[in-house]
Amino acid sequence: MTIWTRIVQRDLRIAWRRRSDALSSLFFFVIVVSLFPLGVGPEPSTLRLMASGVLWVAALLATLLSLGRLFAADHLDGTLEQMLLAAEPLWLVVTGKVFAHWLTSGLPLVLLSPLMGLQFGLEGDEIAVLSGALLLGTPVLSLIGSIGAALTVGLRAGSVLLALLVLPLYIPVLVFGAAASGAFASGLTVTPHFSILGALLLASMALAPLATALALRISLE
Amino acid sequence: MLAAQSLQCVRGGRRLFENLSFAVPGGTLLRITGANGAGKTSLLRIICGLLLPSGGEVLWRDAPIRQQREDYWRELRYIGHLAGVKDEFTAEENLVFAAALSGIDITADAADAALEQLGLGKFAHLPVRMLSQGQRRRVALARLALPDSNAALWVLDEPLAALDTDAMDCVLSLIDARLAAGAVVVMTSHQPFSVAAALHSISIPV
Repeated sequence: MTIWTRIVQRDLRIAWRRRSDALSSLFFFVIVVSLFPLGVGPEPSTLRLMASGVLWVAALLATLLSLGRLFAADHLDGTLEQMLLAAEPLWLVVTGKVFAHWLTSGLPLVLLSPLMGLQFGLEGDEIAVLSGALLLGTPVLSLIGSIGAALTVGLRAGSVLLALLVLPLYIPVLVFGAAASGAFASGLTVTPHFSILGALLLASMALAPLATALALRISLE
Repeated sequence: MLAAQSLQCVRGGRRLFENLSFAVPGGTLLRITGANGAGKTSLLRIICGLLLPSGGEVLWRDAPIRQQREDYWRELRYIGHLAGVKDEFTAEENLVFAAALSGIDITADAADAALEQLGLGKFAHLPVRMLSQGQRRRVALARLALPDSNAALWVLDEPLAALDTDAMDCVLSLIDARLAAGAVVVMTSHQPFSVAAALHSISIPV
């Protein structure tokens, strides 16, 4: 078994044994999304207009909430230090951890998004576009977020700093992700938006693990 | 086999040590002594490559460690201040994963045997969070009892702290066996101890 599958398996097992952690950020997502119809009122056209934006912002915040888990616990008990001394490259370890993080935080959001979309009165096609965009976008959120999580691991005011570091970097994903739904609603093709999201995913897959590995080495000095 | 050339370490603006050099052949125990805060742990972390020295270099098999990276870490086993065990996992799961990180594949039986050696046989399948501090420490040290022929360098930070006499004897006999196999062991310890192999001692002045 390669180190990558070992890490994914390990982190999934930890997530399962501490499932309340993963569930709490998922509930956070559901509650934030559900608050908007209550606050804005039941006007269907307004709700449909804002649905994708609300879901994307809520997904951003839920991811941010779960990023603290990515390295902090491993740092506290010393297992992160052992990962730095692994016989395989650190970026490979990081990729495994980020993938497991996405499986436990990003993927559940994608799976829940159709239900949330219904709450805003979206129709089948619109929901498909929204969920598809989230499927491409949430891994980018985990990947970019891992850089911030690595830079702030072990810091006292880490979580606030993490938000300040990571949220601005999420803007491109937010813009193109939410715009895909907007384009679809006005009858335009969504291909350009999906292509850009795909390009963002590929670029962050190539660069983020290396940056995160470097950041971890600096943070743990 | 392991050497250091005029190492210098500055932490938080304070110079911990400078011009620290040593060279030890295989089969030697390098004991690092010094008062609290002298920089023993920092030196161990520099030897591991976790901390970059402000000056100088660590050499392993005559090449700088920063050029060898994963090849060096494949031979290195570091047991630091923190146990490096996960509370959610059983002792056995922890050992199997720790071995995988070091690039060795071990069976659950091999992990159980190592735990048995450290007197944790009964606790192999309990989540580590149920164990006491001393037992956790022993789970970490059980890594040393794994069948691990790659390990040519052990770096141990206070391995004897918080152990009872039986566990202490066990760890010392593991160290002896590893030294006899030609490995280098670097360790700090406040407890007095003795080993059969050659002992090289360096002291970090305050």
